Amino acid sequence: MNITVDADKCCGAGQCVLLAPDVFDQNEDDGIVVLLDATPPEALRAAVREAAEVCPAAAITVEERP
Amino acid sequence: MTDIQDYPFPAPAALEPPAEWAELRERCPVARVRLASGDEALLLTRYDDVKELLSDPRFTHHLVAEDAASLTANESGGVFASGDGASVRGEAHREWRKLIGKAFTARRVSALQPGIEATARRLVDEMVERGAPADLVSALGFPLPVWVICELLGVPDSDRDRFAYWSDTLLSLTRYSQEEIDAAQAEFAAYMREHVAARRATPGDDLISELITLVGALDGRVTEEVVLMTAKGLLVAGHETTANMIGKMVAMLLADRSRWERIVADPALVRTAVEECLRHDANFGFGIPRYISEDVEIGGTTLAKGSTVVCSLSAANRDESAFEDAAGMDLTRSPNPHLIFGAGPYACLGQSLARTELQTVLKVLVERLPTLALAVPAADLRRREGLLVGGLERVPVTW
Repeated sequence: MNITVDADKCCGAGQCVLLAPDVFDQNEDDGIVVLLDATPPEALRAAVREAAEVCPAAAITVEERP
Repeated sequence: MTDIQDYPFPAPAALEPPAEWAELRERCPVARVRLASGDEALLLTRYDDVKELLSDPRFTHHLVAEDAASLTANESGGVFASGDGASVRGEAHREWRKLIGKAFTARRVSALQPGIEATARRLVDEMVERGAPADLVSALGFPLPVWVICELLGVPDSDRDRFAYWSDTLLSLTRYSQEEIDAAQAEFAAYMREHVAARRATPGDDLISELITLVGALDGRVTEEVVLMTAKGLLVAGHETTANMIGKMVAMLLADRSRWERIVADPALVRTAVEECLRHDANFGFGIPRYISEDVEIGGTTLAKGSTVVCSLSAANRDESAFEDAAGMDLTRSPNPHLIFGAGPYACLGQSLARTELQTVLKVLVERLPTLALAVPAADLRRREGLLVGGLERVPVTW
């Protein structure tokens, strides 16, 4: 899995941080997404997929790869 | 698109969706409707259409143009028609949003969680002391979010009843007269100006103090009026919506008690259950308006420049093409990309806070009152009428 985030699209809703705090964080200055781990371990991937699906700004892209 | 229906639609039973939603999604996804003001608007009910329009940064909820529809029965047209924040768009909106976004990061909200939980426990204890049956809306639903907002703004808890009234008048669709609304708004503005002045003199550890510092630092880019507008926005968005949702969430889960029992048996379901209640809510209220400032095509139909469009978030959330068994409740549904907080650059920025409050309330209730039940048949629950935000008048419970 490879994750990319689009900070320009991000609206700072924080859903991703609530769902996968080990993978996503928010910049303290503006609430915009900060990617902590672009290639998270298996155990976190379901939460990451969910975060991408429910991101209100569609700012998270998940590329699945073996 | 021949007949024009009155909007909002006549309300069916408190927890049920109007039959019009399914019909319009099916036959007339861009429907002409007549608002309480007599003005005409277009109503979107399909998931894809609502999501697409809300996500378009060109269109906002500010209905200040000459030809924008007025949503409400009173003259001023309600909270969406005010000039508040209308000039804050584009780059300025991004700057403002950053300032506020800072206060609502998931981490900051998580830091508020223990206080929210302690307050929820205290309120439930007080409700239990007074004995069953109790009204969950007045015992817990309304006081908890007011406590949270008062905490964020740094205003004393003791003023919470005044805040609740101000908030109601701001969201009036038909309930209050223009004089009542004007008087309440003037009181609220005076209260907040005094509070801002006090915080300017003696800064505290609250959002207003922080905003004042930021306004000072950004001199000219964000005015003092923006501080007031923000406080007003927080009150309306942060109090009323969550307060109503607490009552509706508990009612939805108790209306079919097997739902409640399932969460009692497995409290790990709290998070997905809250999301499903948000999706399933058939009584969200008016919906989110958009002023169409240039022609745009949505779902194959051109929305003409100058139109006012109402996005029915709840109708979209019941769209079978987006959610399997959309009419039913699945407490484990995941992912659950419902639109109750909007979508795109203007999506609700307090959604982490709302989620945290709702999850905390549900967790505390299933732990503390596993035997909770409705004290009246679900069919007897009554909607709060005449406001832009939907809720229930009372949720009588026993335990």
